Amino acid sequence: MFKTLVILFASACVIPLLAILGYIIKEGITKINWSFFVNVPKPVGEAGGGIANALVGSFIIVGVAAIMAIPVGILSGIYLSENKTSKLAYWSRLSVDILQGVPSIVIGIVVYFWIVKPIGSFSAISGSVALAIMMLPIIVRSTEETLKLLPDTLKEAALALGMPYHRMILKVILPCGIGGILSGVMLSVARIAGETAPLLFTAFGNPYLSTNITKPMHSLPLLIFNYATSPYDDWHNLAWGASLILLLWVLLLNIITKLTTRKWNIQL
Amino acid sequence: MEHTIVRTEKFNAYFGANHVVKDVNISIPKNNVVAVMGPSGCGKTTFLRCINRMHELIAGATCEGEMLLNNEDVYDMHPIFVRLKIGMVFQRPNPFPNLSIYDNVIAGYKLNGIKMAKAEKDKIVENSLSRAALWNEVKDSLHKKGTFLSGGQQQRLCIARAIAMEPEVLLLDEPTSALDPISTASVEELLFELKKNYTLIIVTHNMQQAARVSDRTAFFYLGELVEYDDTKQMFTNPKDTRTQNYITGRFS
Repeated sequence: MFKTLVILFASACVIPLLAILGYIIKEGITKINWSFFVNVPKPVGEAGGGIANALVGSFIIVGVAAIMAIPVGILSGIYLSENKTSKLAYWSRLSVDILQGVPSIVIGIVVYFWIVKPIGSFSAISGSVALAIMMLPIIVRSTEETLKLLPDTLKEAALALGMPYHRMILKVILPCGIGGILSGVMLSVARIAGETAPLLFTAFGNPYLSTNITKPMHSLPLLIFNYATSPYDDWHNLAWGASLILLLWVLLLNIITKLTTRKWNIQL
Repeated sequence: MEHTIVRTEKFNAYFGANHVVKDVNISIPKNNVVAVMGPSGCGKTTFLRCINRMHELIAGATCEGEMLLNNEDVYDMHPIFVRLKIGMVFQRPNPFPNLSIYDNVIAGYKLNGIKMAKAEKDKIVENSLSRAALWNEVKDSLHKKGTFLSGGQQQRLCIARAIAMEPEVLLLDEPTSALDPISTASVEELLFELKKNYTLIIVTHNMQQAARVSDRTAFFYLGELVEYDDTKQMFTNPKDTRTQNYITGRFS
């Protein structure tokens, strides 16, 4: 009896994902064709159009965010795993944990007052900053947790061979933990790829294709938000298609994460 | 008189306020196997780790006194230089899991960024693995990961990795405690070969092992060096009653 119940609830966990996937695929797949990828949205009333601006924008905003967050995140993670008890580590760990819980809209509004307001214009780069702040805790903690699991004997082996500290970290500790670190990075990218709230008043959105990161730029979640809430059927279609693309992107990142973890997993 | 390679003068080591090695004076002759034995917690491993300055890496660990390598105090040298001169093999085999067998052997060069011609590397690898009595077993799988080997093979790989750096002294911290009897025998046999080229200092809590492999034996008890003598002398005619009690199994 109990066992059946457990099995039942375990299967129930799969249902939301399958339902969402099924629905989005059903609605989105018919809207996707070549012009969907290469064109920008048409004005209201004209049929067709695509999401090229949002697709390119999303890649740029997320890419720039990753460039900002990855080095900082990995280095902090190394520091935390190497200095478990220092005061700085305590405060840094605490801030990272709290940062992880800060609502994304709050991060968005803060970045708005920090960057958008002083500069006087919405910009893709401010959106990237907001997303980078969201990525940071995930990368820091996954790096720290991965490196903490490496046995101390590994470090001793390196140091006993006369390796200086920085080489030990770069040549032994990082390569041994690369699987876990990469998966943390991928998960953080997947996590922010669909973030809408922090972009609302930073990257803002742009009906045209733009690659200038100092200017407003569109992105997939923004496009979905704007078009899904509009009253026009053509725009609804674009939103469905964009939802499917975003979903596939996140799904793909998760699958790659699983594969890299398996491939780079180092037998200790 | 044999040439002395490692000598200590009133050497003390501490963990915080905990005094773990007390006033140790010892001379270790070149090309000998010296066994350091004693009950658990007697400071033998700490003493060993002081020789190549691994002790100081632990937070709160300090030491004082003279620790001389060829009459030069290792605490006046750069620690990295010391560790290149004095190799170490640990309790548990710890090959680098991200490197192949081949790269593990030359890890000391490779990971320190020393560039070498392939022929030279091949030579070092073959030489070191042969001297670690592992060459015949792994020569066809040099590019497999080192962690695929059995425990005993991994430990010999670690020995090969240490001797590839051509150290003057090789420290072994209970190198067979994680190994089965057959692997233990092969490692012990290896020690015998290695002393032609190196000076070996081996920590062991296994008296039989100390008796089998060493030329001289040091007995540590509660941080003190109680007795240090020829192994044969020590096991047949110990001078100190504590040594006598230990080797007759009255405490362990």
